[in-house]
Amino acid sequence: MTRTHCPYCALQCGMEIGPGLAISPRTDIPANASGALCQKGWTAGELLTNGERLTTPLLHGEPVEWEVALDHVAERLSAIRAEHGPDGVAVFGGGGLTNEKAYTLGKFARVALGTSQIDYNGRFCMSSAAAASIKAFGMDRGMPFPITDLAEADVVLLAGGNVAETMPPFVRHLSGPRMIVIDPRRTQTARLAWLHLQPTPGTDLALALGMLHLAIADELVDEAYVAARTTGFDEVRTSLAAWWPERVERITGVPVYRMRQAVRALAAAGNAYILTGRGAEQHAKGTDTVSAFINLALALGLPGRHGSGYGCVTGQGNGQGGREHGQKADQLPGYRKIDDPAAREHVAGVWGVPADSLPGPGRSAYELLDALGTPGGPRALLLFGSNPVISAPAAEHVAERLASLDLLVTCDFVMSETAALADVVFPVTQWAEESGTMTNLEGRVLLRNRAVAPPEGVRSDLDVLAGLAERLGHHLETEPVKIFDELRRASKGGTADYSGITYERIAAEKGVFWPCPEPEHPGTPRPFLDSFAHPDGRARFVPVQHRPAAEETDQDYPIYLSTGRVLAHYQSGAQTRRIAPLVQAAPEPFVELHPDLAEQLDISPGDVVRVSSRRGEGKAVARISDAIRRDTVFMPFHWEGANRLTNPALDPTSRMPEFKVCAVRVERDV
Amino acid sequence: MRLVVVGNGMAGSRLVSEVRTRDPHIRITIFGAESRQPYNRVLLSNVLAGSSRPEQVRLLESSWYDAHHVEAAFGDAVAHIDRETRHVVTEGGRREPYDLLVLAMGSEAIVPPIPGVERAIPFRTLDDCERIMEAADQARRAVVVGGGLLGIEAARGLAGRGLPVTLLHLAGHLMERQLDVEAGEVLGETLAGLGVEIRTGVSAESVREDGVLLAGGELIEGDLVVLACGVRPVTGPAAAAGLEVRRGIVVDDELRTDDPSIFAIGECAEHEGTVYGLVAPAWEQAAVAADVITGGKALYRGSRLVTRLKARSVELAAMGETQLTEEHAEVVRFSHRARGTYRKLVIRDGRLVGAILLGESDAVGTLTQLFDRGAPVPGDRAGLLFPGLSSAPVADSPTLMPDAAKVCQCNNVTKGQIRACWEAGARDVAGVAAATRATTGCGTCRDAVEGIVGWLCEQEGISV
Repeated sequence: MTRTHCPYCALQCGMEIGPGLAISPRTDIPANASGALCQKGWTAGELLTNGERLTTPLLHGEPVEWEVALDHVAERLSAIRAEHGPDGVAVFGGGGLTNEKAYTLGKFARVALGTSQIDYNGRFCMSSAAAASIKAFGMDRGMPFPITDLAEADVVLLAGGNVAETMPPFVRHLSGPRMIVIDPRRTQTARLAWLHLQPTPGTDLALALGMLHLAIADELVDEAYVAARTTGFDEVRTSLAAWWPERVERITGVPVYRMRQAVRALAAAGNAYILTGRGAEQHAKGTDTVSAFINLALALGLPGRHGSGYGCVTGQGNGQGGREHGQKADQLPGYRKIDDPAAREHVAGVWGVPADSLPGPGRSAYELLDALGTPGGPRALLLFGSNPVISAPAAEHVAERLASLDLLVTCDFVMSETAALADVVFPVTQWAEESGTMTNLEGRVLLRNRAVAPPEGVRSDLDVLAGLAERLGHHLETEPVKIFDELRRASKGGTADYSGITYERIAAEKGVFWPCPEPEHPGTPRPFLDSFAHPDGRARFVPVQHRPAAEETDQDYPIYLSTGRVLAHYQSGAQTRRIAPLVQAAPEPFVELHPDLAEQLDISPGDVVRVSSRRGEGKAVARISDAIRRDTVFMPFHWEGANRLTNPALDPTSRMPEFKVCAVRVERDV
Repeated sequence: MRLVVVGNGMAGSRLVSEVRTRDPHIRITIFGAESRQPYNRVLLSNVLAGSSRPEQVRLLESSWYDAHHVEAAFGDAVAHIDRETRHVVTEGGRREPYDLLVLAMGSEAIVPPIPGVERAIPFRTLDDCERIMEAADQARRAVVVGGGLLGIEAARGLAGRGLPVTLLHLAGHLMERQLDVEAGEVLGETLAGLGVEIRTGVSAESVREDGVLLAGGELIEGDLVVLACGVRPVTGPAAAAGLEVRRGIVVDDELRTDDPSIFAIGECAEHEGTVYGLVAPAWEQAAVAADVITGGKALYRGSRLVTRLKARSVELAAMGETQLTEEHAEVVRFSHRARGTYRKLVIRDGRLVGAILLGESDAVGTLTQLFDRGAPVPGDRAGLLFPGLSSAPVADSPTLMPDAAKVCQCNNVTKGQIRACWEAGARDVAGVAAATRATTGCGTCRDAVEGIVGWLCEQEGISV
């Protein structure tokens, strides 16, 4: 029996791998202490025996020896760097990588390659919530409280999240509170709600403003808390005069009395939480939307109180840790800013290089992908733990950019759609074949233990990085535990301080919450109880204004498209679309549309539907359901199609693309 | 370039911030007749009702102007426009040159010319509001003259303060411009239930110290009289300057008057024969005018009107052509007066052209958006009026559920699989869970699985 965690989402359910790769839930990890797992978790063992596994490096599609592939890539990287400078080479990471990998990837890029051009797919995931949390609280730790606290609340508002499908065992923590769910669809999660608000896609920000307006007008603001623990309320209050509820109703389609019910329930609750998910965050105004929800939480006096608060529901397995240790364009380990001289000095010291040798901030994920192969853009890309041909917005355009590179290298364990385009593919270990730490949605650092030996011919991402670094004249560790020790030193004194955490402590304590600055420090489950992370200890109200979606509907593209997940699949589906029971549960992409819209478009259930936007088109089978608004269609993004349509308009702060709303035309495919 | 804006209400203040967002450099001076920071007039009824404090309806902080390099001169109304030399002149004698001028002078309350009317307080500005509140503290009974939107909001607000209120209205039913007869009556009944006595079809003859005397001699008692008899556009200076004025200052699709260097927006402007009295059109106009002023090509094509009453415990939305009858349109109507519910759809050429919704309704958002977008109306009209009506019933009884129905979403387990599992010997939830993993995800299907197992056992006469 090996104790480890699920390979998929940010809940990181505890599980054991027994003989014959039998999976069973652990009951000592709070996320799923009830012994829960969803179908993805139960069937995770099949990832390890999947027949489509890559076991040999591929050079232009042909199997080659490891040394040949590594030599080839190192030579090409050197040549491209010589011709185009260090920024001619780019690195793209993922929010599923362990902390050790994310850390090593950032170090490899800055030290071995000297490139500023590194970012990761977490930009498509958590960046808006992270940016808003840093503005408000001075620190971003997705949920700044243990998940088990939720069960004690009276009311939980979830804005744009469908946990019943994305992380089902999460729902067990919500069986006590009254749930208020904001979603344009009546999702599995919305069906569990006491109150479901169903706004027009792209209007969550207006809705949050309208709710705060009502809280103020109905005198529900916790004035004592606002006075004692926050700054900036007056300016926000004035900015809300323009967002009276009747105006918001017209924009969002949410009736005023429903908004009022929601606000009153939150205000009347002894304990309440406001949570945001990708539905609210994946917009060109995602950061401001989260700020508006945080403003509401602050006005009601929730954050930093035991039993109440604001949190964001992180998505990817290591979405939290992945954004803390330096694979992000603007960051160094420990959630440090790369343009902060003290941070550069500290990290350069740990790395044994001069601080001025470290590059500055680079392009954000979509801007990086968009620049590939263009004049002034990178000519080579090393890709780890991501499948942007499926998961990036305007995916056809991204595929063209990837095809225009002089060198595309991927590390994968199956032939993903992006790996299929690569010049070189390294077959790498996965999940149960390696050890490493993951930081889950609570900010709890967890340990995944190696349970089985990898197939012959397969090496770790860490071996690939060290092998390339060696050829470029640098040394990198490959042992996860040694890397973690280095990460501890690099993070010491940073926001996300891991220096007191060890593998032994994680195993003994079932996870440790950061910040944990000393070996004797107990970790910090609830970091804001006494003060927030700004120098004055106060949370900041941030005035924000609603604005329309980057692309609104018009005569040519009259319908909104929103995208999201289904229970049986994870992210781009590269893993889950290869597991038979999951394919059986959700075999194909679909377009969900309202019966009235279907009638108008003469579409019947099961028809093949063509959905087109200004950026491309996708086909999928029609699913007709009154769970969705009449003016909106929904497509899951686990298959090729949905992201050919989505809009790469970026949030000005977080650089998050607008995945959750764009304008489309829908037709029966004849 | 020097931009001068006359009027610091909803339209003028909006225009200034819209222009500043688009162009950080243009020189802007704004004149306001009221000495206050701009505030949201829409929220005055909340102030009157006591649910908002006056400082809570401010639209901009006083520091905004300095921070955004806008010169603001409040409390000095513009009296004269000198088009020859391109100057405005204030009552205080200040002359200010302009290259472009925006008139956003709003409207003024109509005060009916009846004896004693000076005893009454019009309900139009924040100052009025404060006067009314002050008087309400001393008053024993109030009379509100005028049963339009504002009068109803005022009456409801005063009643909410615990004051007995009589609402007088000249027309045969309330809000006769927005509502049909029945809706007006249902609204009256709702208000009556909230302590507002409604008198329609009555005309005020004079205002006395002890109340309002009606034509016909009846005295409606009240020591506080509030006037909400409508508004008229402020067009005096524009007319005197020779601009084309009909009911309002006439503007084209760029919001320009017949002098190309002068724009007019908001309640003082008349576009395509319409003077709008609501804030949404004023803000749409402000956005268009700001775009044109800063070199853009936006055009204003008129606004769709949605009237939303803001009065506690009264939910009313009215939009478009609500009074069309079956002769000219398709009309769908539901009335339940005992509950204060009235819903009406007016559909023409497959589009929603008007609607009334009285009483709490989840339909209001959808209908407003259908109306705003001019989108086709679905065939199922009842489903529109009663959201949720068309939802398929959920067959959650084990008997009715088909075998293919998914019981456990998290682990993709159907009723048929549970039955098969039962037939193979599982007799309780734990047994089913062990075999199928049903209930092991989110856990919300536990009751359903229990139900199915219990029903199967019952069928076979097995006690559990």
